[in-house]
Amino acid sequence: MPKDSSIQSVLIIGSGPIVIGQACEFDYSGTQAARSLREEGIKVILINSNPATIMTDPMMADRVYLLPLTVESLEQILQENQIDAVLPTMGGQTALNLCKEAEDVGLWSQYNVRLIGVDIKAIDKAEDREKFRQWMIEMNIPVATAKTANSFLEGKEFAQEIGFPLVIRPSFTLGGTGGGFVHDKEDLDEALNRGLQASPIHEVLVEKAVLGWKEFELELLRDSADNVCIICTVENFDPMGVHTGDSITVAPAMTLSDTAMQLMRNTAIDMMRNLGNFSGGCNVQFALNPDTEEIIAIEINPRVSRSSALASKATGYPIAKIAAKLAIGYTLDELENQITKTTSAYFEPALDYVIVKVPRWNFDKFKGADDSLGLQMKSVGEVMAIGRSFTEAIQKACQSLENNAVGLGYYGKSLMHAEELLEYIKTPKWDRIFRIKDALMAGISVGSISKATNGIDRWFLYEIQKICNIEKKLAEYDLDTIPAGLLREAKVNGFSDEQISRILQHGNEEDVYNKRKELGITRVYKMVDTCSAEFEAKTPYFYSTFENVPEGAAGANSNESKASDRKKIIVLGSGPNRIGQGIEFDYCCVHGLLAIKESGYEAIMVNCNPETVSTDFDMADKLYFEPVYWEHLWEIIEHEKPEGVIVQLGGQTALKLAEKLHEKGIRIIGTSYDSMDIAEDRGRFSDLLKNLEIPYPDYGTAYDVDEAISVANKVGYPVLVRPSYVLGGQRMRIVINDEEVEKAVVSLLKHIPGNKILIDHFLDRCQEAEIDALFDGENFHVMGVMEHIEPAGIHSGDSNAVLPAFNLTPLIVHTMEEYAEKIARELNIKGLINIQFAIKDGKVFVIEANPRASRTTPFIAKAYQIPYLNVATKIMMGTHTLKDFKFEKKLKGFAIKEPVFSFNKFPGVNKELGPEMKSTGEAIRFIKDLRDPYFRQLYKDRSMYLSK
Amino acid sequence: MPDSKIPAVLVLQDGTVAYGNAFGAIGTTTGEICFNTGMTGYQEVFTDPSYFGQILIMNTAHIGNYGVKADEVESDTVKISGLIGRNLEDQYSRKVANGSLGEYLKTNNVVSIEGIDTRALVAHIRTKGAMNCIISSETTDVEALKKQLAEVPDMDGLELASKVSTKEVYELGNTDSDIRIAVMDYGVKKNILQCMVERGAYVKVFPARTPLAEVKQFAPHGYFISNGPGDPAPMDYAIDTLKQILQEEKPVFGICLGHQLLALANGIPTFKMHHGHRGLNHPVKNLVTGRSEITTQNHGFGVDPEAVRKADHIEITHVNLNDQSIEGIRVKGKPAFSVQYHPEATPGPHDSRYLFDQFLDLIRKN
Repeated sequence: MPKDSSIQSVLIIGSGPIVIGQACEFDYSGTQAARSLREEGIKVILINSNPATIMTDPMMADRVYLLPLTVESLEQILQENQIDAVLPTMGGQTALNLCKEAEDVGLWSQYNVRLIGVDIKAIDKAEDREKFRQWMIEMNIPVATAKTANSFLEGKEFAQEIGFPLVIRPSFTLGGTGGGFVHDKEDLDEALNRGLQASPIHEVLVEKAVLGWKEFELELLRDSADNVCIICTVENFDPMGVHTGDSITVAPAMTLSDTAMQLMRNTAIDMMRNLGNFSGGCNVQFALNPDTEEIIAIEINPRVSRSSALASKATGYPIAKIAAKLAIGYTLDELENQITKTTSAYFEPALDYVIVKVPRWNFDKFKGADDSLGLQMKSVGEVMAIGRSFTEAIQKACQSLENNAVGLGYYGKSLMHAEELLEYIKTPKWDRIFRIKDALMAGISVGSISKATNGIDRWFLYEIQKICNIEKKLAEYDLDTIPAGLLREAKVNGFSDEQISRILQHGNEEDVYNKRKELGITRVYKMVDTCSAEFEAKTPYFYSTFENVPEGAAGANSNESKASDRKKIIVLGSGPNRIGQGIEFDYCCVHGLLAIKESGYEAIMVNCNPETVSTDFDMADKLYFEPVYWEHLWEIIEHEKPEGVIVQLGGQTALKLAEKLHEKGIRIIGTSYDSMDIAEDRGRFSDLLKNLEIPYPDYGTAYDVDEAISVANKVGYPVLVRPSYVLGGQRMRIVINDEEVEKAVVSLLKHIPGNKILIDHFLDRCQEAEIDALFDGENFHVMGVMEHIEPAGIHSGDSNAVLPAFNLTPLIVHTMEEYAEKIARELNIKGLINIQFAIKDGKVFVIEANPRASRTTPFIAKAYQIPYLNVATKIMMGTHTLKDFKFEKKLKGFAIKEPVFSFNKFPGVNKELGPEMKSTGEAIRFIKDLRDPYFRQLYKDRSMYLSK
Repeated sequence: MPDSKIPAVLVLQDGTVAYGNAFGAIGTTTGEICFNTGMTGYQEVFTDPSYFGQILIMNTAHIGNYGVKADEVESDTVKISGLIGRNLEDQYSRKVANGSLGEYLKTNNVVSIEGIDTRALVAHIRTKGAMNCIISSETTDVEALKKQLAEVPDMDGLELASKVSTKEVYELGNTDSDIRIAVMDYGVKKNILQCMVERGAYVKVFPARTPLAEVKQFAPHGYFISNGPGDPAPMDYAIDTLKQILQEEKPVFGICLGHQLLALANGIPTFKMHHGHRGLNHPVKNLVTGRSEITTQNHGFGVDPEAVRKADHIEITHVNLNDQSIEGIRVKGKPAFSVQYHPEATPGPHDSRYLFDQFLDLIRKN
């Protein structure tokens, strides 16, 4: 069936601010959907309150509404636009819930708007746990024994009937919020209460726990003609009991026989065909009993999801893009495969590689939080790694995590005894995979580990054992004696050069690198092509591996990434999302890529975060889905020989690699390494401020407690104690006496031994403000001045910030701008700079400077409607200067950046705010003037959450 | 895990040489190289008689993870001549499995090689076409292996069906059934028979060269023309039998090789494909219903599309959505139809099993 020509304009609902369980994967799907619909000549209107998203960029839709996701906002949009249809399947649970709410009040019918992609009945059937269960029972599909309770008493009765262990699952919540396992009677009351409260309709499912079963997810597409295909089958490394968002997952399924696979496939297809009116992407989860291979259905999500974003990156199949086309009436058989461009979109991708997704957690930010993993998602981001084997992929995933892992292993840190390990791995935690490896190294059997972990499939453990066996062999040699075959085997199985040097206890990363290059052990790049090389594909989406290159004509196929003779620039991404570094840098990278392309260069992206738009296969000219890790980057540089590398757009992750690039003589596009180092190095930066006669809070550095106390007394209490080079104020404390200094320093040194500690005088109760600016070597441009509503002491990422300043005198703003320009000039910035200020008693102090895109750059670009990242990239490259652009700031009134928190995922943690950032996302809100009631309330409450 | 791996070598007809490690049986083997993109069901593939004489690359990254299970086979022995993989796994986790892939290949004397850049080879075959190859874990003397390889006959024009066909007649299903199907066995997969038996048929399987007169003594209500290996063009005996069968006006269903034979019996030539279709993800559109299906495929020969389109007495019922190749035909005015792909699946999606219903309905109506 061709597209439905009665649909001329479509409203897409976004997912709002980033919270745990709903992150930038929905920016990816929303962006794809918008592009896909506009390709068809359809007018796209978009609503999302998240300013850091690409989807809300003017280039993505015909009209963008940065409004709160409420029925009132929808009504405003419907009044101002002729809208034929609404597509609610791209913005996660938030969009579905809002769509349902609007349906309940009759909004859609009032404005004659059709729901496309899915209908309300289908949403209900899938999202309401009881309806889902009844539906499954009607269809003869097995489910876990369960009963729905609408009251505390009911819940208790059912629990008694079903028996322990059991699961409490609240209806209509996100990322498993409020759910949990109950192992015995004592925990029941609390879990039941929490679940009922978390559900917007006060309803929970009390369900028999199928602990120890294996968990699988199928990503499917269905069209209006009832064609269904499975895009990807994902296997969870962690057995049932850990939320899939918190599980390590692997694709394709590694341990499924065809018999079991087809049973799941048939069941999923029956479910989708029976769901009701649905065309688009859908996710179905199953549990499989490893003893009998019977399966039960866990859930169905009639929308694109975090898993479908992962599946898209894992297979190369752009699920959201195709799902949007299906929603407007196309059928799968009439669309083409977006990767090969010659075959059909109706097919099931075949993979000849393995992908491993590992979640990234931020428990360090939530003191007192329960760090065990369960039904409720707790991770804040994820990495994906691609390899030609599971061993290679899992090690690359570890290298991508940015928690200092050099591969799968701790290497000397925090060793446990065998019995301790066996006990430790019984509870799923963020580091369980590392402990499992330690356990195997310690000689504990695969069988014991599988049992202790309640059913991690032995095959995965055998593979990790392979890593251990290689490691043990490596340890028998040093760099001079290591056999070439063994070194090759290690590289084939994903060991990094740094990891090998640590195991050999000989030489460093570079020595191992040089050794293997001498032996001809070098990376080749393979394409992600959806079809296991069966058809020729042209999509430039690559990953690295090591191969035994065949001799003869076939050998030329081994490395599929052919370096072009064009001038190229590499953009470094920001790796996994985490608190303090998230979607905003994806926004920056995407604009960087587009600006590079516009300037006639080849744009090459390097990143490992599957949720991002920057890793969409058609954003860059070439995508390397690789860890943002030196060894991988260096081999890409050797292969591509780029003009230079942009580190300003990928947050601290990218910036960190500047030093090595500088050492190797690789051009850093924009501000030089030395200037960046001055800004990052507290001592050098203070000297610079001193020379420029710019005030800054008195400070000192220390390496131990005694030194720290003496510095603290010299600069005067209260003081801010923190490690150097950190992200989002990690481990930053404000303290008021010697005793507290001691405590802070001891804790800091325990976690980051040998780190230089910075101690600043803290300007108590002062005002905070910041400036984002551009400098091209000659001219200076202030992008925006933001004033924080909360007084100093709360991390800038957690503060409500108002653009432009609302309460600072013109003289103060002028002084800030003057200081900013002086600093930019002195640092010889080329591109972006962000400067944080404190204002006390009319005096302006500079707190810090970041020579890169900041968290607020996308916010300013959105508020003023100026493509600042595009401009910044062109200035970095030197193709343009500020004079080439005209800036017209279109903001009427003020824009407020509001932080959004995910504390509800961590019952019992301290919600107090302080110098360490805790928010996971942000929203933008426009106000006409300062009489706005929302603003006045915010202003009134400004000191509410302040830390002591 | 063996500590020292035994080296093995793979040599292709065009001189390509790839080194890897031995897996399964130690020895030397020859055959035509082909690849399969399926990610599950390796044991079903290895025992599929249509793969007789082939050396198979499994494209997916790991093979062997779930071991082998006695009843997940398509015939009683392994039919492939050799196996090539990136990571062939001897350790498996499946609780209901009976053994490891390594042992299974050893028992069935299948010489295999792993640690190969399979993707580079697949791309090579994709561009250069199917060719013969040799694997050895006995010698790494490439020149000697090349000599041995030169003596291997070309698949084009090779009749292999009679080599894998049953030697004796056998029966399956309920003897009292009112639907009796005669199966002409050129290498039939077990599950094809199962699909018919499950639907209530009583099937009798005949050796490839059984004269029709003998088959007719069974008084079948319908004929099934099976899948099988090799080139259909030299199979005069089968084509002649089928021509006679078509005279009877009884329902006929052909799969894969059977599809090619139905074409040949109707004067439509077949040809050797560049590198064939082998996998579990090929999209096929049913032109009669308008619905599409994901199919299992395994064929190195195809039906000439031009000739089919020109033939007035043949209706095209199914086409491949990737390359528009002919996937299904029907003889106009006769209850005879066939598909190029494998509706019985195993391995692969069950989307197309409706064709067995169609066949049995046709018999019932007849």
